[in-house]
Amino acid sequence: MTGSVVVREGTFADRLLAARGSRRKTIDRIARSIALAATIACIIPLAAVLLYVVVKGAGALNLDLITKPSKALGTGGGALQAWLGTLQMVALATLFAVPIGILSGIFVSEFAGNRAARAVRFASDVMVGIPSILVGVFIYALLVLPFKQFNAFAGGVALAVIMIPVIQRTTEEVLQLVPRELREGALALGVPTWRTTVSVVLPTAKAGILTGVMLGVARAAGETAPLLFTSLGSRLVNVGDLGKPMDSLTLFIYNGARSPITALNEQAWGAALLLLLLVLGINVAVRFRSMGGTRA
Amino acid sequence: MTTLSRPGLPTRASPRRGDRAFVLGTRGFGFLIIAILIGIGVVLLIDSWPAWQTFGLDLVTGTQWDPIRELYGAVPFIVGTLYTSLIALILATPIGLLTAIFLSEFADRRLATPLTFTIELLAAIPSVVLGLWGIFVLAPLLRDTLDAFLISTLGWLPFFAGPSYGFSISTAGVILAIMILPTIVSLSREVLRSVPNAQREAMYGLGATHWEVATKAVLPYARSGVIGAVILGLGRALGETMAVTMVIGNKDAVPVSVFEQGQSIASKIAVTFNESTGLQSQSLIAIGVILLAMTLLLNGAARLLVARTTRGPGR
Repeated sequence: MTGSVVVREGTFADRLLAARGSRRKTIDRIARSIALAATIACIIPLAAVLLYVVVKGAGALNLDLITKPSKALGTGGGALQAWLGTLQMVALATLFAVPIGILSGIFVSEFAGNRAARAVRFASDVMVGIPSILVGVFIYALLVLPFKQFNAFAGGVALAVIMIPVIQRTTEEVLQLVPRELREGALALGVPTWRTTVSVVLPTAKAGILTGVMLGVARAAGETAPLLFTSLGSRLVNVGDLGKPMDSLTLFIYNGARSPITALNEQAWGAALLLLLLVLGINVAVRFRSMGGTRA
Repeated sequence: MTTLSRPGLPTRASPRRGDRAFVLGTRGFGFLIIAILIGIGVVLLIDSWPAWQTFGLDLVTGTQWDPIRELYGAVPFIVGTLYTSLIALILATPIGLLTAIFLSEFADRRLATPLTFTIELLAAIPSVVLGLWGIFVLAPLLRDTLDAFLISTLGWLPFFAGPSYGFSISTAGVILAIMILPTIVSLSREVLRSVPNAQREAMYGLGATHWEVATKAVLPYARSGVIGAVILGLGRALGETMAVTMVIGNKDAVPVSVFEQGQSIASKIAVTFNESTGLQSQSLIAIGVILLAMTLLLNGAARLLVARTTRGPGR
């Protein structure tokens, strides 16, 4: 398969000899600098967003923002209902997505025939690619329209749909890394397949699966679009009433950013800082651990 | 994904009842994922059916979205979606590709790993936070610098006609470019790294420079995978909702100039769906179906291309 190079090798080698090194080296040096510049260009937006969120957010992040709910009218108050909502709906989503994601990951890695494995893997690839706003419309049709009431339960389910493929793929991938000998050892001792999976394979892959779950949590916590038509958002503190609308940090940021009131804009920056701390915190922690852990 | 690399266990051979139940149970969850996926497609189709019945293909080709006359056509949003994504692609492809080349061919391993990690972190920033930054930082900045410059120099072209208010197709395109960069970089890098080293060594053996190796030995070999990575980025751009909604200007018109305000399919659904009923709501779901079809086609094609290269003949 290296033919494409080999075929042209003769003429190219001639050119290599003909052009004495310096011009080619200059081109190489210029190309390297441009490539380096491109790499820096990739990092600038990250740095800029982080910088602004930290600077603007730090000014707005105070005790009130964390401990007080939004006022029903006008400014003042905080984002208590928002972070409580994110916490509850992400927890609900995790509750649904973890068993579905992990068990389907087990199926694909351990039991599925080639065709079934490919089908499930394909389905979860496709699911990752579905615009999250359409997940919102889907859950709206299933869980909001029939009850004529925006509700936090629907929000949690919509987030679960986002999380499931993330957890499924990671679970599958880390299970594939568990050495075959471990399974064979257990089976040779007469342990049934399901016990082998539950007490030998899963514990070995525990850290990796946890990584997948945490990445799923971070992803769900940062989602806005699936919540727009499901949990809707609210200025009231809602603890535990899944049948009512519920706010989230992301909805709070969205509404605050679009508000004409400066004080609400500033609160949005504060909430963005909270959200970034949560989401990037999870990402950095998880990736650092997995880099030092089982696989580079 | 060959059978050899899968450490799975034979299922049919195990006679135990516990095993049977366990396998059946996990299979149920596996198929649940497929069911959810099919469910999304079916529900969206059913709920948009009245709109398709009323307008037929006019939904796809109509240029007006008028709730008062009950006339719904998706052209402004399809154009807005493609326009913003195209800008994102034009900006992100060269930068992303050069970065991937730098990370896989030029940079030291010790430098490449943390750099890749940092760039991938960009993908973890919630879209709504990017949108917030877009509203208050990027949009005014672009309006006063790049937009003003382009209008004064290239303003005679219809695509760069002013004025710019900051909230426009172009700002949405720039935000999208930022969002798809990590996808393009990390996938392209993976593809480039999967190119067998013999390919590089042959070129180095001839006395080629890094750049020559990258462009003449590595890139041609990895071409279809890199194209796949770019298409996957495009797929992501098409469906991106929040950040676009916040900076695109939300105007239901077919944009010509990049500085005009516009609307993508996703942003139209985001801002209108909650306030609409009946035929408008069904038409919104219908344009959602159009979006779904677009992303599915692109993603399918991209996955195929990426899988073909990374699996490649060299491994």
